[in-house]
Amino acid sequence: MSPLTAAVFAAAVRAGTPVLFATLGEIFAERAGVLNLGVEGMMLVGALAGFVTTAHTGNPWLGLLAAGAAGGVLSLVHAVLSVTLRANQVASGLALTIFGTGLSASLGKSFVGVPAAGFHQMPVPGLDGLPFVGPVLFRQDPLVYLSYLLVPTAWYALYRTRWGLNVRAVGENPEAADAMGVDIARVRYACVVIGGVLAGVGGAFLSTAYTSMWIENMTAGRGWIAVALVIFATWDPLRAVVGAYLFGGVNALQLHLQASGTGLPVYLMLMAPYVFTIVVLVFATRQTARRRLGAPAALSVSYSRTG
Amino acid sequence: MIRLERRPPSRLAAAAAPVVSILAALAAGGLMLAASGVNPFVAYAVLVSDPFGSAFGWSETIVKATPLIFTGLAVLLPARMRLWNIGAEGQLQCGAIGATWVAVFTPLGHSALAVPALLLAGMAAGAAWCLVPAMLRAWLAVNETITTLLMNYVALLLVDFLIYGPWQDPQSRGFPLSPVLPPSAKLPVLVQGTRIHLGFALALLAVAATVLVLTRTRWGLEIRIIGDNPDAARYAGINLTRNILLVMAAAGALAGLAGAGEVSAVSGRLQQGLSPGYGYTGIIVAWLARLHPAATVLVAILLGGLFLGGDGLQISLNLPIAVVYMLQGLIFFFVLGGEQLAGYRVRFGPRAPAEPAGGGA
Amino acid sequence: MRGITKRFPGVVANDAVDFTAAPGEIHALLGENGAGKSTLMKILYGFYQPDAGEIRVHGTPRLFRSPKDALRAGLGMVFQQFMLVPSLSVVQNVLLGLPAQGWRLDERAAAARLAAAAARYGMAVHPWARVWQLSVGEQQRVEILKLLALGADVLILDEPTAVLTPQESRDLFDTLRRLAGEGRTIVVITHKLSEVMAAADRVTVLRAGRLVGTATTGATSPRALARMMVGRETFDLPERDPVTPGPVVLEVRDLWADGDRGPDALQGVSLAVRAGEIVGVAGVAGNGQRELGEIVAGLRRPTRGRVAIAGRDRTGAGPLDAIRAGLGHVPEDRLGTGVAPRLSVADNLVLKSYRESRFGRGPLLDRQTVDRVARALIRAFKIQTPGPETPAGTLSGGNVQRLILAREISAGPRAILAFHPTRGLDIGATEAVHRALLDQRRAGIGVLLISEDLDEILQLSDRVAVLCGGQIMGVVRPAAVTVEQIGLLMGGTRLAVPEDTA
Repeated sequence: MSPLTAAVFAAAVRAGTPVLFATLGEIFAERAGVLNLGVEGMMLVGALAGFVTTAHTGNPWLGLLAAGAAGGVLSLVHAVLSVTLRANQVASGLALTIFGTGLSASLGKSFVGVPAAGFHQMPVPGLDGLPFVGPVLFRQDPLVYLSYLLVPTAWYALYRTRWGLNVRAVGENPEAADAMGVDIARVRYACVVIGGVLAGVGGAFLSTAYTSMWIENMTAGRGWIAVALVIFATWDPLRAVVGAYLFGGVNALQLHLQASGTGLPVYLMLMAPYVFTIVVLVFATRQTARRRLGAPAALSVSYSRTG
Repeated sequence: MIRLERRPPSRLAAAAAPVVSILAALAAGGLMLAASGVNPFVAYAVLVSDPFGSAFGWSETIVKATPLIFTGLAVLLPARMRLWNIGAEGQLQCGAIGATWVAVFTPLGHSALAVPALLLAGMAAGAAWCLVPAMLRAWLAVNETITTLLMNYVALLLVDFLIYGPWQDPQSRGFPLSPVLPPSAKLPVLVQGTRIHLGFALALLAVAATVLVLTRTRWGLEIRIIGDNPDAARYAGINLTRNILLVMAAAGALAGLAGAGEVSAVSGRLQQGLSPGYGYTGIIVAWLARLHPAATVLVAILLGGLFLGGDGLQISLNLPIAVVYMLQGLIFFFVLGGEQLAGYRVRFGPRAPAEPAGGGA
Repeated sequence: MRGITKRFPGVVANDAVDFTAAPGEIHALLGENGAGKSTLMKILYGFYQPDAGEIRVHGTPRLFRSPKDALRAGLGMVFQQFMLVPSLSVVQNVLLGLPAQGWRLDERAAAARLAAAAARYGMAVHPWARVWQLSVGEQQRVEILKLLALGADVLILDEPTAVLTPQESRDLFDTLRRLAGEGRTIVVITHKLSEVMAAADRVTVLRAGRLVGTATTGATSPRALARMMVGRETFDLPERDPVTPGPVVLEVRDLWADGDRGPDALQGVSLAVRAGEIVGVAGVAGNGQRELGEIVAGLRRPTRGRVAIAGRDRTGAGPLDAIRAGLGHVPEDRLGTGVAPRLSVADNLVLKSYRESRFGRGPLLDRQTVDRVARALIRAFKIQTPGPETPAGTLSGGNVQRLILAREISAGPRAILAFHPTRGLDIGATEAVHRALLDQRRAGIGVLLISEDLDEILQLSDRVAVLCGGQIMGVVRPAAVTVEQIGLLMGGTRLAVPEDTA
């Protein structure tokens, strides 16, 4: 493997990381039966909150906290509307994206072009020397390492804990979960907020690690790509990694081709990640239909006892 | 503890809900403006007086409402069949591309047929763009919400590609602009001294046509049956696949008309920022109209006024146009919450008394 | 439970109902559909809150705010729709309700406990199987075991035998008897008199939300209970005139099909319905009835075999083709499939016929003609509705079924597929449906009647085919068999009964 290939792979991991955070978060929300199409908006607000806090305090970790909190608070709006008030979840999520886009652009106007000291690359001693794997996986910034930890944690929480069992039951058959004494609203609120926090963190990665700046609409549809990748991942955190890094790979390759000057028009290459996601969605839909790995049965269905 | 109990909404509650919701959204928006150091009363004065305070304001509001009626219908028609078309923005851009192509790059642009030709081209391009997710949905059951949206990004990049590349005007000195459309390809102005153009009449016509289709045709009955109960539609032998394709194509054509109208009557050329998000606002238009086509006109004028007021805020208070999206999002939130609350009785206390113990939302 | 009252918008589901059940007894709660039995028990279980009344459990006044509270107090309810999560395993479903013992899942220990309880009460289940793979009877056992694992000493079962064969029902009541013998209280909601007499100690009868009375089964008779339940003497069915069957109008031959729950839900089903004949299909739910019905209606493709309507091959041609070939279809799920509930009664009456040229020129739909046709049908079929513009979903179940029958019969069909045509209907509406089907038979229409109601099938049918495991176990004449023999066929035992293969 040439160093160049390793560099492209490392770039793929970096490009995939924000989407990975958001996808993991949305998996929790959807597993509990709540579709949240506000990921894009929450990522943007998270990106701004993370950037502004980092710029003010000089501490990107505080920025990360702020981003998670911002995403979480925003997701609460969706939770109130879709869980408590049982509003249409697609509409509520869209409203969240429109609002988040507007809010971040309004408040962020004065931060365009401002510098901030974000996360830096921090090679993991001992592991960064491994051939190929080292430069690809272990010469990254701390948020990338955080995502490495988050994936198995999310998997364990969903499949090996009592709470995870509750989450899955609530998303598949809330009536049954309710009858067994599971507090549906509490589980759904928790999962929606987890989704919001992780979307915010994914946004902060963009503004404090991937780049160290704030640009209006800087997520450029990554929130939507995360929603698509949840389907590709069949609601499984481990498979989310594959989807996120595939997306990251397409993105990295496209950037690499731009940089190396192949003569292909830039704007056509920029389409690649979106077209790729649509193609992936088509295959994922075919596959889930064949292997009976459908969406949680109660996804985007509000629950109430009186029906 | 607050408890919510479901009950059928009263007529009054159902009628008052959207008004109260919008006012509440504006109040919340005012608080947010105040928090960021803007006097909300000054801002709202601009937001109301700019679009609705003068004849000129009204005419400009109608210019902004025109594409919103189209995109509102483009969301509404599929929604009547339980399909989410979030791609009106991209379909609008494609309509603009199609119209520009006919007007600038074909001989038709200089002919007497330029206007109908560019409108048809806009419709065709919008429909074709929307048919991609429609086919994926109809034949492969791929979620149309995500695909229609992702195609927006592709459409915007396509516009960029054209105006930075093959379609760039040689006289634009490097700016990303297509050549100006010939005068023959400009939509006629309807009211002298204003910018209200033929597109507005077409939009009203489209509203009337949509009402007619939904209530007075066999196809409309099929759409309503599918929208109400897809299983009953299948049972009645209605072809769902064909209807998905037809309705989405119609929706794309409507959004395409909006784009053609903007290029031909407002911007005069293909360029960035052709639409400040008319496609996304179309979602709110359709929802606020409660999927009734006739109501889109009113809602579109309201939200068109908001866009115009946003321009005013930019000029007079130096506020970013994004404030408009923030307000739109708030309005959407509050309307969603409001229409649900209209169907509830809010009760305070742990145990429900026989009669509501007072209190409101 | 004392003086329980519950109102829903537009109806009083329970009106000052008293109910008492004692430890160690099997207590039947009897009543027609809509009598308020399930509502009463759901109030006891904390699923609904009563508007008035008092509940005492073991002497202490209790009011459960949620099923969770009720479970803690030792109540358990088996609903008609099982409260199981299909994608989870049996053990996981049981673990779901157990009080937390740490945040980690210990599935092994739970499986062991489950197996022990299952053996003790004679209910075999596989702990690691996914619930969606289990038969309905097995799922019911999981439900009961789950509640026992939670320590339920009051067990409420809502129509538990509706989905079981007579033999499975007997096994269930054996298990329930054993549970009652250990001092538990068993409440069984039912509308089947025979079951009450055979298995219950005492019975409480509800009618139209009100308490009619409580009796010991030893001191009452089925006739007396029926009178309490219905409020009047039950009607006998209208006479079935002798009709000479005509040519075959509906035929399936060697039909194989995949089902929702797995492959080969139908395995070589052949059946013919002749003009002027009612052929009943009996069987426990989930034995291929749905697949058979959907294939006949063109809504599902068979993997093998043929369907012919009015003598022409229609295999896999789709629902529109079946409609055009002259098939009327009263679907299984009345509200879910049969109507568009938010559209008007008029729109629903022309749900299939709107394509005909009499309803307007070209693409246009002539609302006046639709309205006129709808009004005529509302009169002819006695559909009780404020008007043709009323949303169909607001009508009562019986009137929705009248609407569907009006639409299907007025289309002038050659054959009618009637799937659970009276499920959930009150006596009056049931009679109307039965009369309509018999009228069609007299008029020379072939009727394929799929139903779980064995009495209905035996009373209406000229011939009865019994489905089990996707195969026809036998075709019999109702007059020539006993209920017991049909029960054995439903359970998959082939018998030497006089078969009728005509």
